[in-house]
Amino acid sequence: MKVYINGLGSVSCQEGTRNFKSSDLTRVSQGINQAQQPSYKELIPAGMLRRMAKGVKMGIYASHSALEEANIAVPDAVITGTGLGCLIDSEKFLSTMLENNESYLTPTSFIQSTHNTVGGQIALKLQCMGYNFTYVNQNTSFESALLDGLLQVQAGELNNALIGGVDEIGDITMRFLQLTKKINTVDEIFPKGVNYGEGATFIVLDNKQTTQSYAELVDTAICNRVESVEDFIQSFLSSQYIVPEQIDVLVLGSNQTANDGAFYAQAQAICSSSALETFKEFSGEYHTASAFGLLNACEMLKYQQLFSTGESKPIEYILVYNQFDGKDHSLTLLKKCGD
Amino acid sequence: MQERIVITGMGIISAIGNTVEENYNALLSGQSGIGDLTLFDSIHQESIKVGQVKKSTEELIAELGLSSDNNYTRTALLGAHAAKEAIANAGIQDINDRKTGLISSTSVGGMDYTEKFFYDFETSQASRKYIDTQGAGDSTEKIADCLGLHGLVTTISTACSSAANAIILGARLLKAGKLDRVIVGGTDALSKFTVNGFNTLMILTDGYNTPFDQNRKGLNLGEAAAYLVLEHEAIAIADGRTILGVVSGYANANDAYHQTASSENGEGAFLAMQKALEMAKMSPNNVDYVNAHGTATPNNDLSEGRAMQRIFTDHMPAFSSTKPFTGHTLAAAGAIEAVYSLLAMQYGVVFPNKNFVTPMEELAIRPQTSLLHKEINSVLSNSFGFGGNCSTVIFSKF
Repeated sequence: MKVYINGLGSVSCQEGTRNFKSSDLTRVSQGINQAQQPSYKELIPAGMLRRMAKGVKMGIYASHSALEEANIAVPDAVITGTGLGCLIDSEKFLSTMLENNESYLTPTSFIQSTHNTVGGQIALKLQCMGYNFTYVNQNTSFESALLDGLLQVQAGELNNALIGGVDEIGDITMRFLQLTKKINTVDEIFPKGVNYGEGATFIVLDNKQTTQSYAELVDTAICNRVESVEDFIQSFLSSQYIVPEQIDVLVLGSNQTANDGAFYAQAQAICSSSALETFKEFSGEYHTASAFGLLNACEMLKYQQLFSTGESKPIEYILVYNQFDGKDHSLTLLKKCGD
Repeated sequence: MQERIVITGMGIISAIGNTVEENYNALLSGQSGIGDLTLFDSIHQESIKVGQVKKSTEELIAELGLSSDNNYTRTALLGAHAAKEAIANAGIQDINDRKTGLISSTSVGGMDYTEKFFYDFETSQASRKYIDTQGAGDSTEKIADCLGLHGLVTTISTACSSAANAIILGARLLKAGKLDRVIVGGTDALSKFTVNGFNTLMILTDGYNTPFDQNRKGLNLGEAAAYLVLEHEAIAIADGRTILGVVSGYANANDAYHQTASSENGEGAFLAMQKALEMAKMSPNNVDYVNAHGTATPNNDLSEGRAMQRIFTDHMPAFSSTKPFTGHTLAAAGAIEAVYSLLAMQYGVVFPNKNFVTPMEELAIRPQTSLLHKEINSVLSNSFGFGGNCSTVIFSKF
């Protein structure tokens, strides 16, 4: 069974939830970049909003937006990915515990530190009793969720699935990552340093194509370590009987750092005729940032326009490739919906 | 008939033993692994008991032959230890000779080391190798590296149902033809973070956990890791494997009732068991043993008990919770109990629900409290977690 992407929603470093044009967007230019927070009060009662983790809020907002667009009230499944979960609450519980010698602790931040909090809270809000999984595999957390949903809709086990990636910035963890020179600081850009972001990106998978449909999700694959990017891409495409020349647009999760260049250069070499697009200069890097790249790819297919230049051109296939630090590689193949 | 997903190897490390054999012997002799918390200092040391693995972190590092500059957390070490046993048990020589995946699960991840070095990161260069190990996916990456596995590797964290969900995803990936074989399971080390978290929820007992007892006071936390090797039936046969059992049904459902509490009628648990039975094309009467989630919290046992009564009506098969042996091992629990379910089938024995004295007022069913020898052709295993997450896996004889 074919699988379509029928709704999108995001909270990111950019204003707005979708319909991104690169000319309207702000480049993330510093080490740590907070997401633009939309107004949540229409969606979440004020009393709950106060205690709710940032990741949960962003997740509820982005998932609502995606479901609304796909015209689905309650999805058959909620499948999320997150690198570190509700990190702010984890840090809060940990530092309170250590500072007060295990005293004066309250359960709220512990509960929210559980990795599946976002998925659980979305299910609770929607009263969705269906399948509910959370993946936490660093930079392939989102693609793991995507693969799970894809397989179930393909197999006819689900009619639709809400898939999302969520990560939030925690000050203490960011500070630690700056100590190891993995995230740039205000004063310094490190050779392997990235500009960090946060956000939530949700999509709705469905077995029916509608006028809303953005793209057909053909396949997605993940691999912890690859010896050759070329082999990884070739075998992925050939399993779908596609050759690299058919890829009209190659979307890369590049941070333009010293250590990721070689991997992305290999991908570019294989898909040498494809138009090249990047997105992390707008989303920042985080464990589920690649979902933002997928959202861009969906919009390019639907509107048949390149994200970077706005240029109109026929786009049939888009390949999204992401990895981080030479690990956790992912490929996602999208196709233009049939007429 | 659809090709079956079979189990060809298993490995485990828990409070009652460092191998499958040691675990089985402890289950037979009734030897519990619950005792004092000695892994780290805590103000709760006097008031709680836990299920600690009887190997130090240093011993685990030495056994795995890791260099002194390694940055494996205890969660990763336990996982690598159990996964290696599973591979050896299956008789796999070259992990990459078939398209192999690894689906691990954890709730605590590397928090055990983050909490230890939290104040040192700023000043001590040597501690900084543990900054990157906090994420849940780090332990899985380390296990894959230990096994030399290159391929589909991912991590699930749905609190205490995590490892059951790893089994479910593994079976799905095999059925979809994405993999030929897959290592599935979970690992969780004890940490101060988890002890204090559960303490704030007021669901830790000050004694020994007593599942399905009227006077149950809560759970003992435990640490453990366990992994199964799942394969396509045809591939397992072609490779000459010994087949330990079949994954015949599974399901996941959400209770959608409360972030941390289960509903009173156990709707999520009921749906998970019902859908798993449907997939296995089995009537509840064909289940010979239920390895219950049975955490011994007032809430879980009532919710699960009611759900089991709804499923099995007046034909409740023998059931027990094995958490009095191991403690609640959180994200690993579903895999630990999968190993016990397979042992139950293999040796035809129901392991006792220890510490049970007084039946619950609300329930008509009673757990099996002594060792029971009988033929077991299928076992239903439950795992439930925060976020309303409810999973059931059914194992059958090959």
